[in-house]
Amino acid sequence: MWRFIGIRLLQAVPVILAVITVTFFLVRMAPGGPFDSEKAVMPEVKAALEAQYRLDLPLPQQYLAYLGDLTKGDLGPSFKYPGRDVNELISAGLPVTAELGIYALLVALFLGGISGVVASLKPNTAQDYIPMSLAMIGICMPAFLFGPLLVLVFGIYLEWLPVAGWGDIPGDKILPSITLGTAYAAYIARLGRAGMLEVMSQDYIRTARAKGLPEWQVVTRHALRGGMIPVVAFLGPAFAGLLTGSFVVETIFQVPGLGRFFVQAAFNRDYTMILGSTVFLSTLIVLFNLLSDILAAWMNPRLRAQFGGR
Amino acid sequence: MPLNRLKTLVVLVFFSTLVACGGGESNVSSGNREGILHYGNGSEPQGLDPHVVTGVPENHLIRALFEGLAVKNPYTLEPEPGVAESWDFSEDGRIITFHLNPRAKWSNGDPMTAQDYVWSWQRALNPAMGNLYAYMLFPVKNAKAYATGDLADPEQLGVKALDKLTLQVTLNEPTPYFIQLMDHYSTFAVHRPTIEKFGKSTDRFTKWTRVENMVSNGAFKLSQWRLNRRIVMEKSTTYWDADKVKLNGIVFYPTENIVSEERMFRAGQLHYTQVIPLEKIPVYQAMENTPYVQAPYLGTYFFLINTKVPPVDDVRVRQALSMAVDRDTLAATVMQKSVYPAYSITPPGALGYKPPKVFGYDLEKARALLAEAGYPNGEGWPGLEITYNTSESHRKIAVALQQMWKEALDIEVTIANQEWKVYLDSVTQMNFQVARRGWIGDYVDPNNFLDLYLTGGGNNNTGFADPHYDDLILRKAPQAKSREERFAIFTEAETMLMKEMPIIPVYTYTSKHLINPSVRGVPSNLMDSINFKYVWLDLETKTGTGE
Amino acid sequence: MSNDTTISDIATAEHGTSLWKDAWIRLKKNRLALFGLAVLTLFIIVALLTPWIAPYGYETQDLDLGATPPSAAHWLGTDIFGRDLLTLIMYGGRISLAVGFVATTVALLIGVTYGAIAGYAGGKIDAAMMRLVDILYALPFMIFIVLLMVVFGRNLLLLFLAIGAVEWLTMARIMRSQVQSLRQQEFVEAAVSLGLGPATIIRRHIIPNALGPIIVYTTLTIPSVMLLEAFLSFLGLGVQPPQTSWGLLISYGAETMEEFPWLLIFPGLALSLTLFSLNFLGDGLRDALDVRSSKD
Repeated sequence: MWRFIGIRLLQAVPVILAVITVTFFLVRMAPGGPFDSEKAVMPEVKAALEAQYRLDLPLPQQYLAYLGDLTKGDLGPSFKYPGRDVNELISAGLPVTAELGIYALLVALFLGGISGVVASLKPNTAQDYIPMSLAMIGICMPAFLFGPLLVLVFGIYLEWLPVAGWGDIPGDKILPSITLGTAYAAYIARLGRAGMLEVMSQDYIRTARAKGLPEWQVVTRHALRGGMIPVVAFLGPAFAGLLTGSFVVETIFQVPGLGRFFVQAAFNRDYTMILGSTVFLSTLIVLFNLLSDILAAWMNPRLRAQFGGR
Repeated sequence: MPLNRLKTLVVLVFFSTLVACGGGESNVSSGNREGILHYGNGSEPQGLDPHVVTGVPENHLIRALFEGLAVKNPYTLEPEPGVAESWDFSEDGRIITFHLNPRAKWSNGDPMTAQDYVWSWQRALNPAMGNLYAYMLFPVKNAKAYATGDLADPEQLGVKALDKLTLQVTLNEPTPYFIQLMDHYSTFAVHRPTIEKFGKSTDRFTKWTRVENMVSNGAFKLSQWRLNRRIVMEKSTTYWDADKVKLNGIVFYPTENIVSEERMFRAGQLHYTQVIPLEKIPVYQAMENTPYVQAPYLGTYFFLINTKVPPVDDVRVRQALSMAVDRDTLAATVMQKSVYPAYSITPPGALGYKPPKVFGYDLEKARALLAEAGYPNGEGWPGLEITYNTSESHRKIAVALQQMWKEALDIEVTIANQEWKVYLDSVTQMNFQVARRGWIGDYVDPNNFLDLYLTGGGNNNTGFADPHYDDLILRKAPQAKSREERFAIFTEAETMLMKEMPIIPVYTYTSKHLINPSVRGVPSNLMDSINFKYVWLDLETKTGTGE
Repeated sequence: MSNDTTISDIATAEHGTSLWKDAWIRLKKNRLALFGLAVLTLFIIVALLTPWIAPYGYETQDLDLGATPPSAAHWLGTDIFGRDLLTLIMYGGRISLAVGFVATTVALLIGVTYGAIAGYAGGKIDAAMMRLVDILYALPFMIFIVLLMVVFGRNLLLLFLAIGAVEWLTMARIMRSQVQSLRQQEFVEAAVSLGLGPATIIRRHIIPNALGPIIVYTTLTIPSVMLLEAFLSFLGLGVQPPQTSWGLLISYGAETMEEFPWLLIFPGLALSLTLFSLNFLGDGLRDALDVRSSKD
């Protein structure tokens, strides 16, 4: 098991290096540079700016310099926000986005898990159709629609909750978390239902039933573990998606998270910020995928046996 | 079933949180009580160093934190004393002497000196600084040569400290709008010891603008800066005119999403919004005691034409396109009556300048011109593409314009929406046919608009080049003896420009804000300039948000 | 499922064609699935015929009219340009359906093949293939798409491909995890011991058995693709105005939901109806194709 994790972590190094390399050269191909602005920039000013940010060096040299800084953990200065470096911007946004992501994931697992399992127990009955239709609405409902709708109802008409902000006014974290979580809840519900249906037709479930176990024990003790494998496989990418995909929610609710920085960096051609976010994000993704693989292995009895054997 | 118990628990917790947070006091009512203005500022500023950043949100923040030699009166826009108590001009108008207020202090208590300005302007113009707004100081003698690296010695700049409180500025030629520029942040003084404590003077990366480090000289000082959340300022006790400052503090919010901003206003989280979504305008206009405030703004929305590519290299085609734009309908419908139709690059009313109206909405003439150019009823038309950068209102204008041209002239028009940096690249490379553009004045003078179209100018981007035009703007206008004569020269130049039509003016901008009725001292003006020094919150006003 | 399919089912394991025929027989009994199929067929026909049957031209504006609620002249009302909403929805449907189906097909083809190979091969090949997926996951796809749009110019096909190229990753992961668990099953081991080649085993035994989750995920991918398209168009990286799509209409409608609710409701209905139909059809197909449940 530990060896498996060790190997995967070692494999991650070239993955991340490849991501850095591709991104580094890709962003430079995009038209427009970080210092282009609506008002014309004097050539002398532009040259001075490029010199301050090492952009006057040949590209391969810039690349090596970047890698050099990276080994020291320095992601470089931001182009868009002079006086801030990328490490600082990420560490300002990360706690917020992570918190939002975790709340959203909890909302998603809770709502999605329950409706998926409930629906799978009596397929093709009202108990199936109702939660699944709700899940479908959740999928159809893009965040840029669902968020404003929630704001209108709970923020403006009922005046129960703040319409924007994060950690400024009590209760302002509720609506963003629900908005972000709902779309994922819908996915989890559907994947969970499908997974449960697969498992419920397996022999070992029939064996369990034959032993006379009550149905809820069959579900919680035996079926849940296997049936949630597709959900777990989905969780790794989903959490990474939550970190970047929170852009819309962060914009609607003025949440000071990473998603906004990440997307805006691309539009601002804030090279160091793009790279920094990419490095950071790719590390996270690799870790989460690893985590979800380990979880899936642990939940799948056969694969677990294999791990134990190693 | 354990799941059920868990569910009940979570639902209970959820709803108790909901109930617990209901009925809290809104920002607006607590702000009114404590004298704190909650201000929607559009976006997170790039930074707060006056010689590094550019942009409107940055402008608001910096002008609250710092003060220039002279400031604009928000009611009249005429210059009034700031750090300088008074100033006088030499006979020929080339030398200005500023007399600094002896009470002017930095927020750490240091007195302000003329030397502060000498050093700060050297910094602002230093080529290594990469200051995008360095050109604001170019009327100063030798400034351009120094900023472009042709002159190495900053001591030769036309700015000298005659004594502690007397600053002498030598200009290249008389510049009537120069005093106005003293209220632009690129000409502000910065505190030398603070900057040098945190790095080289020309370093863009230093941390001197952080809350714990910053020293400024304005009516407010920085007290909290939370990235992408808010910037909080409190009244400065060292400010020379602190008695007149009525607000105890200001909270600036980076309200990037304008739809959310309007909702925050409605929920009482903001006193003041930067803008308002177009569709909301009629709703607010219909209200009694509406919080909606709209006023002409010193800016023009127009389309650039690339005069080097067919079919728009033909002046008749350009004129036909411009005459076929029904600006009245556009302003009344798509723009919800929130803008004014424009027929010139210079907005009307810039300190008495009346731009010429060379053409009007004239479909017959437009069709005739197009036929003359070789495209009768659009026959043989090679196609035309309108380029704009991603934005709701640009999209609306482009879609409407496309259809107007199609219907009026029977020509094929397509539109291309480009992401901001791609669009900027297209415009500077002149890789477009017709491209959306806007220009907001940096100071109130026709020169600021007309010098865009000098031959080879960085913001020209149309290929328009006319030596006679250059001569009018560069040589004749500065030498004019009177304001009337100067304006007559500008009128002549602008008439030339509008006949050649390298641009299609569409509308004059307006500033559009939602302002809570309790906010006072925020008069509308052409520069949309707010001086927080004069703002106060009227406790007597009911704090309704217009619902 | 029912017991009336005993003999033919045993045959399906060997003959692909009768598997589909059989599935169709079972699908026909599922009324909701048939309803979904009917709605989708209707929408596709309408989309194909739109240029001929749309009540107005999709660029026809009436600026003075502006946004009006549904009326006799405009059944679903008009937008702020005075354009007929029904017409816009019909034209938008063409784009949305095309994006949904084309991009999902791309994602499906790449993802299923890739995931099946990785999961079946296991070991080093699997590790290498999944690391590639990780790399692609970690790429900032926003920039990836901006670049594609800029370097190759804007065109819809490229948009489809770009979205498909992003969406196949999850599909591959799901397929791989399915295959991994299936590979341990007795019937696959039996097939291996019978000396069947990997390609045959994947095609005959693995893919049919993994169809359930794949179909479900496909029905999930189509909506997410449609929404991704809306998001991209909204950022200015997708469909060019005045062309439109349902996602784009909804995103505009969401901004004016208080003033002009019809601009949100009708495109929203069109999208929801499509997605519900896809969902019902997907579930129906999953049940119809479920080889194991039919062996009960």
